[in-house]
Amino acid sequence: MHWVFEPGFFSSEPVHVALVIGGIAAVVSAVVGVFTVLRGQSFAGHALTDVSTAGGSGALLVGISPLLGFVGFGLLGAGAMDAIGVQRVRGRDLATGIVLGAATGLAALFLFLDTTSGATTGATQQILFGSIFTLDPSEIPIVVVFSIVAVGMIAALYRPLLLASTDTDLAAARGVPVRLVALGFMAALAVAVGLSALAIGAILSTALLIGPAATALRLTNRIGAALVAAVVIGVGVTWLGVLLSYDSYYWVSDQNAVPVSSLIVGLVFVAYLLSGLPAIRRLTGRRTVMVVTEAEEARLRGQRVSSRAAVRSDGDSPRSRRVL
Amino acid sequence: MPRTSAARTPRDHADTAEVLEVDHVSVSLGGRQILDNVSFTVGAGEFTGLIGSNGAGKTTLLRVILGLQHPGAGRVLLSGRARRRRTASVGYVPQKVLLDPDTPMRARDLVGLGLDGQRFGMPLPSATRRAKVDEMLKAVDAERFADARIGNLSGGEQQRVLIAHALIARPRLLLLDEPLANLDLRSGQEIIALLHGIAVEHRIAILLSAHEMNALLPVMNRVVYLAGGRAAAGTTDEVVRSDVLTGLYGHHVDVLRVHGRVIVVAGPQFESDDASEPDGHDPIIHVS
Repeated sequence: MHWVFEPGFFSSEPVHVALVIGGIAAVVSAVVGVFTVLRGQSFAGHALTDVSTAGGSGALLVGISPLLGFVGFGLLGAGAMDAIGVQRVRGRDLATGIVLGAATGLAALFLFLDTTSGATTGATQQILFGSIFTLDPSEIPIVVVFSIVAVGMIAALYRPLLLASTDTDLAAARGVPVRLVALGFMAALAVAVGLSALAIGAILSTALLIGPAATALRLTNRIGAALVAAVVIGVGVTWLGVLLSYDSYYWVSDQNAVPVSSLIVGLVFVAYLLSGLPAIRRLTGRRTVMVVTEAEEARLRGQRVSSRAAVRSDGDSPRSRRVL
Repeated sequence: MPRTSAARTPRDHADTAEVLEVDHVSVSLGGRQILDNVSFTVGAGEFTGLIGSNGAGKTTLLRVILGLQHPGAGRVLLSGRARRRRTASVGYVPQKVLLDPDTPMRARDLVGLGLDGQRFGMPLPSATRRAKVDEMLKAVDAERFADARIGNLSGGEQQRVLIAHALIARPRLLLLDEPLANLDLRSGQEIIALLHGIAVEHRIAILLSAHEMNALLPVMNRVVYLAGGRAAAGTTDEVVRSDVLTGLYGHHVDVLRVHGRVIVVAGPQFESDDASEPDGHDPIIHVS
């Protein structure tokens, strides 16, 4: 086992913090990600990562935790997108694009100021691509609070959100406050993106949001099962990424470790590709096929019996002919 | 199950009042008059066809009844009372839901959301809930594809699931927006027969919009005919008449009855009237 977990993996504090914060970020991203894919709002999710970039780099500039910048700006961006018209299907791309453009410009300015005026020379690297091994343990409580808020919001909105994601009018006709539900979801999305940005960097956080969810949705027909699968995949790739990055320091001599964010994003991509393999799809998709054909069989039993009788009377072997 | 008086009152009340009363409703959208002083009522268990060509205001009228569109003038009463915000007393069946085949929403899930989709929180798995969903899927003959994804279903199959979604909350009134528009003739007839059975068996009033009325003639108790934002309501014999429709369209219209089918034909002076030229889906046929 010693070559799987290189020396010091379990006793290193940066590894502990990385596993805890990375794991929490993966859980929140997976849960929110399933609904993001369900609602067809992946683009909005990606735009919020750019908004978060601006927030995180701005936070460094004024000397507060990047997480507060990520989430704070994300919530503002979600509000701006709602105001411009993200709730209208046709307004979505427009609203998202406008907010994305403005935020990216702001991020460019803040990152420029970070690297020129401050002492934070690694700001660009830290904000855009993450630095999970340098996180302070004191971040953990606020990460936990944000994650409870985001997952709690999704749990509270679960049914109206599903109904509104299916058809807005259908939900509104039932008295669902559609716009409020959409706004609540965008807020949860902003928090998920912020947490994910802290773990693997703002630019890459889309991968942790969409990847595990999209993979899970290929594997199951059930939303509950998809949520569980997305969480398992998200946490799995995150922890595996942390482990591989740690180990790579020992495996590759005279070099630095492979960046953990690249490994996590790479693993997300591999998981998605694997879920498309025929063998895996058959394994998880079989149940549905069976249900449909069984019902078909029951309905068509009359025809089935008569066709079987026809085969039997033809009799393809001498023995069967004799028996009949 | 003990029934509370609160639960019984609207039901008893409803037997005396109309399920739906549309009272002098007018709607203008973007400066255009869509509905002009529309009034009609629907009684319990009645099958009413809402007939009109594209752009006649059918969808707007349904949206007003559902509370999705605020009427500029007039009011809508459900069982004699103003509409409350969260009500399960009106079921709504949109023409189609646009769901990706990748979306893991099964037919069964959507029907379950008909039961409690407006409530906050997550549904607790319960045998009662599952039994209700199974029963409703069976009632619309949708058991075969209960576990299939909505995005993979055909138009007719989706209609059945959406009808089950609307009916499971036991509404008194079911609104359907052009349910036959995307269906082939046979699927359309199956849906009409299914709806007719529901209306008769459970005394659920049905208001169904369509641009072609012939498929509905055998089951329709009443018709609401929309043209140019105005409406005429009554039995088919009262409404689908040359004089009534001529008044509605504002130009001469003939109604022909051939082999039990109704054909609405524009009169000869219509030829010169370019301003109200109907589109290809209009039930009015040119004769020269």
